[in-house]
Amino acid sequence: MIPIRASEITPEHIYLSRRKFMVGLGAAALLAACGRLAETPELPVEELDSPTMPDATTLPEGTAAPEPLSTPRPTPTVKPDVKTAFDAVTGYVNYYEFSLDKEAAAVLADESLQVSPWTVTVGGLVNKPRVFDIEELLKFEQEERVYRMRCVEGWSMVIPWLGFPLSRLLKEVEPLSNAKYVRFQTLADPDQMPGLAEMTFPWPYIEGLRLDEAMHDLTLIATGLYGWSLRPSNGAPLRLVVPWKYGFKSLKSIVRIDLVEEQPTTFWMASGAGEYGFWANVNPEVPHRRWSQATERRIGETRRIPTLLFNGYAEEVADLYPDLTNRDWFF
Amino acid sequence: MTGTFFKQHGLKLLVHLGALFPAAVMVWRLVRGSYLDPIRQMTTDSGNTALVLLGLTLTCTPLARFLGFQAALKIRRTLGLYTFAYAAWHMLIFVGWDYGFAWDLLVPALFAQRFVVAGLVAFVILLALALTSTRGWQQRLGQWWKWLQRWVYAAAGLVVLHVLWLSKTPDKALRYGVLLILLLVLRWVPARTKKQNH
Repeated sequence: MIPIRASEITPEHIYLSRRKFMVGLGAAALLAACGRLAETPELPVEELDSPTMPDATTLPEGTAAPEPLSTPRPTPTVKPDVKTAFDAVTGYVNYYEFSLDKEAAAVLADESLQVSPWTVTVGGLVNKPRVFDIEELLKFEQEERVYRMRCVEGWSMVIPWLGFPLSRLLKEVEPLSNAKYVRFQTLADPDQMPGLAEMTFPWPYIEGLRLDEAMHDLTLIATGLYGWSLRPSNGAPLRLVVPWKYGFKSLKSIVRIDLVEEQPTTFWMASGAGEYGFWANVNPEVPHRRWSQATERRIGETRRIPTLLFNGYAEEVADLYPDLTNRDWFF
Repeated sequence: MTGTFFKQHGLKLLVHLGALFPAAVMVWRLVRGSYLDPIRQMTTDSGNTALVLLGLTLTCTPLARFLGFQAALKIRRTLGLYTFAYAAWHMLIFVGWDYGFAWDLLVPALFAQRFVVAGLVAFVILLALALTSTRGWQQRLGQWWKWLQRWVYAAAGLVVLHVLWLSKTPDKALRYGVLLILLLVLRWVPARTKKQNH
C-alpha cells in the first residue's frame, strides 16, 4: 500500500499541468477517449445544437427554409462523465472469490487478501518467460487514465485508474509469432478467498483477449486508482482494465499471464450457462440473453443513460473487429 | 390488562412491527447514505422482503392445518397485504426511480427481459388479490373468491422464475422453488386425508 497520494507528492497545479502535458504529448487515441471525460468542464449543450443550421428568421426573404434531410431525432444526451465517488468504486464490487454480495465482497477482500509479496508469471508462447515481482511492475511509468466501466449487469462507473499499458509488459517478454491470444488468471487461494469453497464455479477466474486487443493502447494494467494504490477489493495489486468490454473481462488480482495460440476458455464461458462469450464488447443493441443492455445506471447518479457502442470507445477500437454486423463480437 | 391486550393483539402487533421493520431499515440506510447503489440495493431489498412475506403468507394455512396454530389464519390477510405493499414499492422503484417513468425506455426493457415480464404478471395477480381482499369483495365474489385467491400460487411461481431469470446463479431461485413446491404439496395433503377419514 502506498499511503501517499500521487497528487500529494506533486503540487496539485504541477500534477494537473503534467497530466495535461502528457495527454497533449502522447496518445491521440487516449485524448479522444478522455476528451469527454471528467476533466472536461461541462459541455454547453445548447451551443452544440447544429450551429451551421441557419435560423429561418435570418434567411433572406423569399428563400425557402432548408428542408431537414430527415426528421431530426433528438440525440441521446451524453452527459459529461463525472468520476464515481471513491467509496462507491472501492466498496461496490463484483469479486465472487469473496462473495456474491458486492459490499460484502469488498469488505472481505480488503480484510483478507494478502497483496504483498506478489508475483506474476508471464509465459506461454514468448521468447523470454519471466516471473515479475509486483515491485518491478510498479517501476514501469504509471499514468492516470479515466475510463468508463460498464458492468454486464447494467451499471457503470467512471474510474480514474493508475497503471501502464499491457503492451508495455508484453513487449518485455517478446510474444512469439504463433501467439494469438492472451490468457489471464486471477489468484485462487481458498485460504484467503472464502467464495471458492462456497460457490461451484469453474475456478480459477480466467479471462482472455486476442493479442491485438491486448496490445491496444487503451488496454491497461491498473495498479491504482484515484492516485492511490489499488485496494484488494478492486483487484490489488494489479488487474486488467479493458474499457470497451463488459467489466467481467477486466479481471482482478492477476497471478498468471500466458500467450497462447488457441482462444482461451474463460471463466464465464466455462461456467456452462452459455450466456457469456469470449468477446463481450459493449453494444446497446445486443441484449444479454436475459436482460437489455440499452441503458445503464451510473453509480451515484439517478437517471439512466444510454449505453454506447464499445462503451463510447468505438472510434478507438472498432477497427479491431472487421464486420460489426456480426453479433458474435458482442457476446 | 396489558396481559389480555397482548394475548388478543400480540401476534398482530408482532406482524405489523416485523413487516414494517425492513421498510424502516431501508429508509434509515437511504437517509444515512449507506447504500452505495441505492436504486439497485433498494430494489433488491424490497423485492427480497416481498418474497419472504409471500412465503410467510403461504405458510399460514399449513401452520393452522398441521400444527393447529389457528391464529395464523388471522394474520394471513395482513401478511398478504404487506407482501403486496413491498411488491408495489419494488415496482415503483423500478418504474419511477430507476427508469424515471421514461416509457420509451421501459417498454423495450419490458419486452427484452423475461424476468420483468414474470415480475409484472406476478404483480398484477397480487394487485387483484389485494383489491379483492376485503370482506365486501369476498361476499360479492362468493365461490369465485377462493378460486381467485388460489392464484397466489401462480404469483409465487412467477416470482421464483423472476428470481431465476435475473440471477447469475440459480441457487436462490432453486431454494425458493423447493419451498414453494413443498407448500403446494402441503395444500394437497389434508384434502386427501379428510376424504379417507370420512
